[in-house]
Order: sequence, then C-alpha cells, then structure tokens
Amino acid sequence: MDRILYGDNQFFAVNHISDEKSRAQSIKFKDDKTILETIDIARNEGVETFMCTTHDRIYNICNMVRQDPEKYKNFSIYPCMPYAHKYANAVTELGIMGTIKQYVPGNFFGSLFKGGVAFVSKDYISIMELLIDAEMKMFKGINTPVIFLQNVITDLLLGLRMKDILKAYHDYVIKKYNAEPGYITMNMPMLLDTLESVGIKNPIICSSINKAGFRMSGGMEIYEKTLRTRQLRAIAMQVLGGGAIPAKEAIEYVCNLPNVESILFGASSKGNIQQTVNYIREFDKKNMNQMVG
Amino acid sequence: MIRTALIGAGKMGLSHLSILGAHPDVEIVGVADTSKMVTDVLEKYSGFNCFADYKKMLDATKPDACIVAAPTKYHGEIVADLLKRGIHVFAEKPFCLNVKEGAELVKLAKEKKLVNQVGYHNKFIGTFEEVKKLVQSGKLGEITHFTGEAYGPVVIKKKQGTWRADPKEGGGCLLDYASHVIDLVNYLVAPISKIHGALLKPIYSDTVEDAVYSLVETENKISGVLSVNWSEDTYRKMSTSVTILGTKGKIISDASELKVYFKTDDVPAGYSKGWTIKYVTDLTEEVDFYLRGEEYSAQLDYFIKAIQGKVPNIKNTFESAWITDRVIDQIKNQKNN
Repeated sequence: MDRILYGDNQFFAVNHISDEKSRAQSIKFKDDKTILETIDIARNEGVETFMCTTHDRIYNICNMVRQDPEKYKNFSIYPCMPYAHKYANAVTELGIMGTIKQYVPGNFFGSLFKGGVAFVSKDYISIMELLIDAEMKMFKGINTPVIFLQNVITDLLLGLRMKDILKAYHDYVIKKYNAEPGYITMNMPMLLDTLESVGIKNPIICSSINKAGFRMSGGMEIYEKTLRTRQLRAIAMQVLGGGAIPAKEAIEYVCNLPNVESILFGASSKGNIQQTVNYIREFDKKNMNQMVG
Repeated sequence: MIRTALIGAGKMGLSHLSILGAHPDVEIVGVADTSKMVTDVLEKYSGFNCFADYKKMLDATKPDACIVAAPTKYHGEIVADLLKRGIHVFAEKPFCLNVKEGAELVKLAKEKKLVNQVGYHNKFIGTFEEVKKLVQSGKLGEITHFTGEAYGPVVIKKKQGTWRADPKEGGGCLLDYASHVIDLVNYLVAPISKIHGALLKPIYSDTVEDAVYSLVETENKISGVLSVNWSEDTYRKMSTSVTILGTKGKIISDASELKVYFKTDDVPAGYSKGWTIKYVTDLTEEVDFYLRGEEYSAQLDYFIKAIQGKVPNIKNTFESAWITDRVIDQIKNQKNN
C-alpha cells in the first residue's frame, strides 16, 4: 500500500463536525468533473491511490478514468463497500427481503422464493458474494488492489459475532478479485482479535487513529498498544480527530506511531492537500533520519 | 452479566443486538423475530438462540432485561407482558401509539421498580447535553422562544409504503421524525403542553403526513415552532436541530455543532461574549464499542448500568417518552379540529 491514501468524504458531503460545511462541500462538488480534477491535484502531489465508497457517483468517476488510460496508468482505487445509506434507505422502503430482492442480481432468488416462505437455499454466503460482485461492477478495468468492507458493516458483523462472514468476505475478495481484503472499523483492537480467531493473519485494518482519541473505541492506550505489539497492516484515518487537532500536530502524532503503514486523508482544496502531503513527508523524513543517525 | 433478550430484529433491533453483543456485561440469551430468514441467519452465524414467538422465548430463556424493537403498535402488549414478568425494558421510540396504554405501562414499571428506558438517542449526544447544561445555567436570561427542526430523506418519491406509511402501525413523519424533536424540546426547554396550530402535510405519501409544522407552547409559557419534514432530500441523513432564544443569549445546535451567543460578559465557563462555537468531537465521551454514533452505544450502556445500579434510571424513562406521546396525540387531535 502507498504511504498516503486520498479519501472521498469531502466529495459526498460527509463532515463529522458541521452540517454547514457539508452543504458547502456538496455545492463545490456537484459536478463529477470537479471531483476528478481534485483527485488529479492529489495525483500531482504523488498520491496515486483513491480510497472511496461505492457511491453511485463513483460510477461516473470510473468512466472518466477508463477513458484516459494513459493519464491514469499508475492510478489505483481502493473500493469501500457498501455505500450503506443506499441499503439503509432501501430497508426502510422495502424491508430486508425486498432489499435483497432488489440488489441481488440474477435469478438467484427464483429458487429462494419458491413456495412462498419456504427457503430452498440457505446459502447466505453466496448472497454476500453476489452483493460484492454488484458493488464491484463499476470498477471493471480499474486497478483495485485492496477492497474494503465499510465500518458500519464490519462493526455490525463484529458485534453480532458473525466472524464466518468476515472470513468469507476475506476469502472471496482474494479468490474472485485477486485483491487484498481490508476492513474499516471503529473498533480496531476488537476486530483484530476476531479476525485472528478465524485464521486471518496480518490483516489490513483502517481505523480512526488520532491524537484526540476520537472514535478510538476502548481508548487510545489499547490502540497504541495494539500497534506496538500486534501484527496488522494499519491505516490511520480521521487523523485530524474530526477537526479537533491542528494539522501539523495531528500528523506528527500519526507519523510517530509504530506500525501505521498508510495514512488516509481527505481535503478539498489544493492548499490543504499539499499541506497534508508535505507534513507527512516531512515527519517521515525526520523519523527516517533519526533511525539512520 | 445481564441476561438480555431482543424482540424485533429489524434495522434498529439488529443495531442494538450488535452493540449489546459487544458489551462486556451483557449476555444475549435470545432473539425473537417473525422473519424466518433473519432468525435463520442469526442462528447460523451468531449462534443466538432464536424464536418466532417472543412469549416462547421469554418462557425458555427467562431474561433479566429485554430490548423491544418490534413495530410500535405491538409495544403496549409486549412491554406490559415483560413488566408483569419482572423484566427490565428498553423500548424503541415512539413509546406507545395509545396514550392510555402508555400511562398504564409507566405506572406498572414504577410499581414493579423495573428499569425502563426508551430509545430517544439524541439525549446522549454531546452537543444537546451541553445545550441542557447551558439552559440550566440560567445564563440565557429568560427564554422566550424556540424552534425545533428535523429534516431528512425518508420518503422522497411516490411509492407503495411499508409499515412506515400506515398510521395505525406507527408510520408517518409525526411519529417517526417529529417525535424526536418533541422529545428533545421537552427535555431541553420544558414539556410542551399546548398546541396552537398544526399542519400535517402529505407530500408523497397517500395515507400519512410527510411534514409536520406546528406552533406550540411549553407548560411554562415559552412559545415554539416545530418544523419537521422527512421528504427533504437535500439532506444526506436525518438532521435534528434546536434554536433557543433568551433575553441574554441564543443557542443554535444540531448533533454535530453548537453555536452559542451571549450578549454580555456574564457567561458560563468556556464561553465568551458574542459567539462561541463547539463541536461534538469536543463534547463526546468515547464508547467501548462504536457502531453508528456514540449515542447509540451510550444509551444502551446507560440502560445496562441502570440495571446494575451504577446510574439512576432518570434519562429517557417511560414517563418522559409518554409525555412525548401525549404531545404527539395533541398534535393529531389539533389537526382533526
């Protein structure tokens, strides 16, 4: 994985501290073209990986990327699935059954619904696999070396102790997409225990890691200890703690932690993108020099 | 360990189940739901003991506590049954469709001395908690008026409804969305006691209202406006906010950002004359397990702690939720006049 990953929250009006800022962002990025132009700014700073939700609008971004293979030859996307609001809204409207019927492609349910309520098949893992395929369709022809499960689903499964499903996700991503499975979570230490218990070694886990302790469930200490003593490929997100920490201080903290392989950040202006990238490079260089010296 | 069961494994039920599944002091002893597919999956992958009939589950598992996330129309019957069996109850909101039935449950829970809570999660959000403290400090002067609002994209086109579109089952913007705003105002300002006028407007739905606009008054004569619309697709998700106007200051708050204005230097600690802005990130305590907002974990943790006797059972009690039900009823009746 690259050291720096560019995220997508700013494009889809996700702001953890201000609805007004969310609205301003949704106005700024109402054209898909503006989104791609901003991704290009990050690429020009050497950040070639875009980590994004499988939002409907990403479909258009992918189309534009496919149209210019030369320009995007080094570009990768890390898809994060699913875009949970899509399914949450569908469950509200159609119920759980109706949602599966709507989103699971093909005739799969032909047999399942035969005879009213009697289930012919109980193979829920294949339903999940079909849903993954549906979400992955938009990325066809684009390099997607790591595929993530979104935190709402990871953590729902974690709390429900559905570790076989977390494992099935892992196996399917490797088998079908020849990619590495990743998990986004707000409960990193607990997830690592669970993944290890089903035999997943050294997993890619993306979680909130910041100096404010924001969304580090169970507390910062256990996160820091996990990074120090356990085996995982950690990605730090929400490094600014939802805006609570000044950028330089925030990045210094994350860069000084052991075992953080990548840092995920989102920013919508050229200035902020450059500033964040420069801080990361600066602190990494300093740490490298200290190690060497 | 608090031996806990769940009745109703829909969207909210599964969310509660996951949070409680990760809670160190909770043992999930049973799950009841009428959907065979849902119980099938929960049995197969979570190993929970599942039942189609909640009564059979209660007989078989004898839980200490139970989460009720079945459709609102069943709350009355289910909650009464649980209380009679001596089980602590956390019920989803709104509490009851019938005010009389609700009053009996409030009484029964008190008689039986059982922990009782309803899922109005806004009271566990840092910004709104801070609003409560500011109002209690008295530094706003005399409170003269408030606005309570909620907007979100639930029904954004004409469609054949699910249960949400049936007023007899607890559907409609008044019960689903406005209930949150009413409950929050009752808590932050004072209980609403009078409805001066109410419009319940369908926008896309045929059988229920999609928007609620109402002019109201609290029991201590503070006037207010409720403006709630669940057919508002400029919002990505539900957004709830309150504005409270006093003679010495003003508060504008939603779940993420708190803006406070004071006219003079007579301010609480951490504030100054003019505007002060605070964010939920500075006002929120971390939880041990996070699923979809600290408040969802915090409210269940509070329920469990109340059973353990570690916190008083005073937040989101049946009684406070019943007062909200009463306001909902008043708005419905006002509309019929």
